[in-house]
Amino acid sequence: MIPKAFDYCRPKTLPEAISLLQQHGDAAKILSGGESLIPMMKMRLAQPEYLIDINQISGLEYIKEEDGYLKIGALTREADLEASDLIRSKYPLILDTAFSIADPQVRNLATVGGNLAHGDPANDHPATMLALNAEVVATGPNGERSIPIKEFFVSLFTTALQPNEILTEIRIPAPPAKSGGAYFKLERKVGDFATVGVAAQVAVDAKGVCQQAGIGLTNAGGTPIKAEKAEEFLRGKPLDDGNISQAASLAADDAHPSSDLRGPAEYKISMVRELTKRALTKAVNRASQER
Amino acid sequence: MLAKTLPEIGGMGHPIKRKEDLRFIQGKGNYIDDVQLPGMIYGHMVRSPYAHARITAIRTEEAKKLPGVLAVITGEDLAKANLAWMPTLFHDKQMVLATGKVLFQSQEVAFVVAEDRYTAADAADLVEIDYEELPVLIDPHKSQDSDAPILREDREEKSNLIFHWEVGDRAATDQAMKSAPVTAKVNAFFPRCHPAPLETCGCVIDFNSATGKLTAWITSQAPHAHRTVFALVAGLPEQNIRVISPDIGGGFGNKVPVYPGYVCAAVAALTVGRPVKWIETRSENLQSTGFARDYHMEAELAADKEGRLKALRVKTLADHGAFNAAAQPTKFPAGLFSICTGSYDFSSAFCEVDGVYTNKAPGGIAYRCSFRVTEAAYLIERAMDVLAQELKLDPVELRRKNFIPPEKFPYSSPLGWSYDSGNYQGALDLALERIGYNDLRKEQAEKRERGELMGIGISSFTEIVGAGPSHTFDILGLKMFDSAELRVHPTGKAIMRMGTKSQGQGHETTYAQIVAQELGIPAADVAIEEGDTDTAPYGLGTYASRSTPTSGAAAALAARKVREKARKIAAHLLEVSEEDLEWEPGKFSVKGAPGKSKTIQEIAFAAYTNFPQGMEPGLEAVHYYDPPNLTFPFGTYIAVVDIDKGTGEVKVRRFVAVDDCGNIINPMIVEGQVHGGLTEGLAIAFMQEISYDESGNIQGGTFMDYLVPTAVETPHWETGHTCTPSPHHPFGAKGVGESPNVGSPAAFVNAVVDALSHLGVKHIDMPLSPWKIWQILKDKGVTQ
Repeated sequence: MIPKAFDYCRPKTLPEAISLLQQHGDAAKILSGGESLIPMMKMRLAQPEYLIDINQISGLEYIKEEDGYLKIGALTREADLEASDLIRSKYPLILDTAFSIADPQVRNLATVGGNLAHGDPANDHPATMLALNAEVVATGPNGERSIPIKEFFVSLFTTALQPNEILTEIRIPAPPAKSGGAYFKLERKVGDFATVGVAAQVAVDAKGVCQQAGIGLTNAGGTPIKAEKAEEFLRGKPLDDGNISQAASLAADDAHPSSDLRGPAEYKISMVRELTKRALTKAVNRASQER
Repeated sequence: MLAKTLPEIGGMGHPIKRKEDLRFIQGKGNYIDDVQLPGMIYGHMVRSPYAHARITAIRTEEAKKLPGVLAVITGEDLAKANLAWMPTLFHDKQMVLATGKVLFQSQEVAFVVAEDRYTAADAADLVEIDYEELPVLIDPHKSQDSDAPILREDREEKSNLIFHWEVGDRAATDQAMKSAPVTAKVNAFFPRCHPAPLETCGCVIDFNSATGKLTAWITSQAPHAHRTVFALVAGLPEQNIRVISPDIGGGFGNKVPVYPGYVCAAVAALTVGRPVKWIETRSENLQSTGFARDYHMEAELAADKEGRLKALRVKTLADHGAFNAAAQPTKFPAGLFSICTGSYDFSSAFCEVDGVYTNKAPGGIAYRCSFRVTEAAYLIERAMDVLAQELKLDPVELRRKNFIPPEKFPYSSPLGWSYDSGNYQGALDLALERIGYNDLRKEQAEKRERGELMGIGISSFTEIVGAGPSHTFDILGLKMFDSAELRVHPTGKAIMRMGTKSQGQGHETTYAQIVAQELGIPAADVAIEEGDTDTAPYGLGTYASRSTPTSGAAAALAARKVREKARKIAAHLLEVSEEDLEWEPGKFSVKGAPGKSKTIQEIAFAAYTNFPQGMEPGLEAVHYYDPPNLTFPFGTYIAVVDIDKGTGEVKVRRFVAVDDCGNIINPMIVEGQVHGGLTEGLAIAFMQEISYDESGNIQGGTFMDYLVPTAVETPHWETGHTCTPSPHHPFGAKGVGESPNVGSPAAFVNAVVDALSHLGVKHIDMPLSPWKIWQILKDKGVTQ
């Protein structure tokens, strides 16, 4: 548990951080909450030569609604999500997700931006953001660009971020009336990565017919997965048990997990089906309770 | 029951707060890694990535070139000092640093010493080792195959069999099995698990070349035994070795063995001439130090049609890994496994165990259990449920029919033990009442109608602790007595030094309470010291729930010696004869003349200022206690579980633990011990396993996969007690620390199997992970 030697930089501004990235390229890693990076460094699985600590940069911690979006600053801590009235009242899926991450001590430091930028399919926010059709804002030497979340996760631990870019904001389209979401995570114990997890977000009309459906899968493959066949199937259909069940099977078809100590692939696929059912059912309940 | 002292005295039975916690909760403990010496340097172990491989070359030049590196020690270097191998605690030897070949993944190959930890870790990466892979033996069932690789080329015997051991009457048992109308059989694997103490192992070793004295701070549960091992292995004069076990952050058997890191640090301290610190990482602790269990067991029960037991036959394959580093001091290769007849009255029994080598980390140790008792208790309690299923009897009824009745104690078991005392029915009845057994069975029947899965599991275990009488135990020849040295100061305060060593058990409180009980000196006024071999009396250490049965007994008997001397002084002070005095905790009074009395504090002062002519001054006593027998705590645990059919997850809804450990010293500490042990039992039953893949790679070698439960996973423990004192212990106590770990796994597994028994499920091996349960539900058509 002893990391290799590294240089530590603590920029005060975003441009300063970006110029450090330009200077050091692949040899540098951004440190935000550090809850994944530090353990990897201590086990020498990650050996960055430069650690760029962005925690001194102001203006990256916020949760606000603006221009039809929920905007979350990249340095927003999981604990901030849990405490936010806005999140608690309008975004049950995000609240569920924040609660399911590790333990309170970790959530005091862990950031939403880090959870996404790490590119780990076992992290929880990727599935949530896939279900919510979020956009990720990347800031680089040439300014900001927005990346649809669907295009963000490239492969294991690799995202669409360029080596000279920093993830600065997450934008989530404000949900229409009668929306609801839920996150279900199967874990062996608190603090464990998900055996699998399912994030579901739906919007219904007055008759209970599905207007929008988003489903994201955690730890069900090499990257976070958007269960698009299931989403498409649900649109325009009443969200009854039969349709939910069928959507759950379609979501399971999209899962291609590997076997490990959390269970054989067959089990995990079945759990995607089971948790999709549970997540959709809860999401529908929450949506119908909304006015 | 013992007479209770006043609360301000705090003798036995008072739930006083733990004295040691004041420093622990303020971060003022002194653990190994807190030890700092001037000029101290650091060691780092280089380990094998392979499970079985020939070492063809070790190149240390690059590592030595790194600035700050002071030495790189290899097995060849140690061989020159005849230290490449060391004896294990059970008639085998093990490599300190590998020579020739490695036998398990993570085996110690070289030891790097540097000015600081970071340099040592960097240099370890620079040690180049060439390996030639050899065929790997992982499955112990294949260890005797003709094509199995022979792992231990150093042994004369070219076989992977370490021992074959049998006990009991084979012929009578076979005959009883053959003629019995009903038999039941279970194959139960108790997986390899690890105690995972909060503090990993480590040491600081300092050699003073001027005095010739070696001082070793070690995470040791048995500092005196370790000193003797050091003296025997290294050939150093024993008076020149001082072993200090400072505060220890949990042991559970993991800190009984002598590990290669200690030896390497000592060699480094001697060769470099500076104090050396070596602290394991978490993964090193999980992957290379003493594991527990790994027993492949088969039990067969014979009974008549009414369910009265006739015979027990047990056959077991014990996987010891690369070296038989079993840290157990019994005379038997499988320790106390022959307690497997449990709480039941058998007329005949037979038990055989084969111990074998595999390419895995060496062991095993007795993880919070007296040497294979957990395995034995699990096996018999599991087998009883299988038989109950066979007979279509309620498991409670089957147990009631077969308990050793209270009037049969002391009871001689067919496998050779003499149980001191017991009332198994009493503990069972209390547990059933607490949990509301009959209502739960009704609820279960209703739930089954609705397709819901709920189970109730019972374990009526018997423990065997307090190692131990010298006819059955020794550790490298050392008998398993233990000791106490009590000194009362002139002001009536006292210090007592012990041969044991607390790792969190609360000795500083409980031993003081024993003195308070015996002498009436307030527990708060009695300081307890342990762990320094230069000051403490010789003892064999703390494990196997032996501290109260041995050192606790020694404490009481030393206090009684002090009391007898105090009586003489009191007689002198009160100018009466000794026979005219009567004792109550804290003072001697003249019979029939209340008011005419001397307190123990007054007597203590007189022992130094006004003692009778011809009497030796001072007030102190030493006692070495060789227990006449072991103690046999017992209890009944009942678990209630609900199973989520969709995911296979098991929720422990309730758990009632009724323990009987005889007279209790501190009820709060006992309850804490029970909570801790139950939580470990829960982890073993549902979460933990150190397994190996086909190539011998460790699975579960980090806390990512070796799961330690948090408060979230842990149910509310409901505890209760019955009290059946040990007839041979000075104050009727038995050990308790291990009971919850020994008794609970069977309760959990029995509950889960009970929930699925109507589907024809008879047994499931631990850990009962959700996917395993789901697989069964799927096979039975209960889930998709």
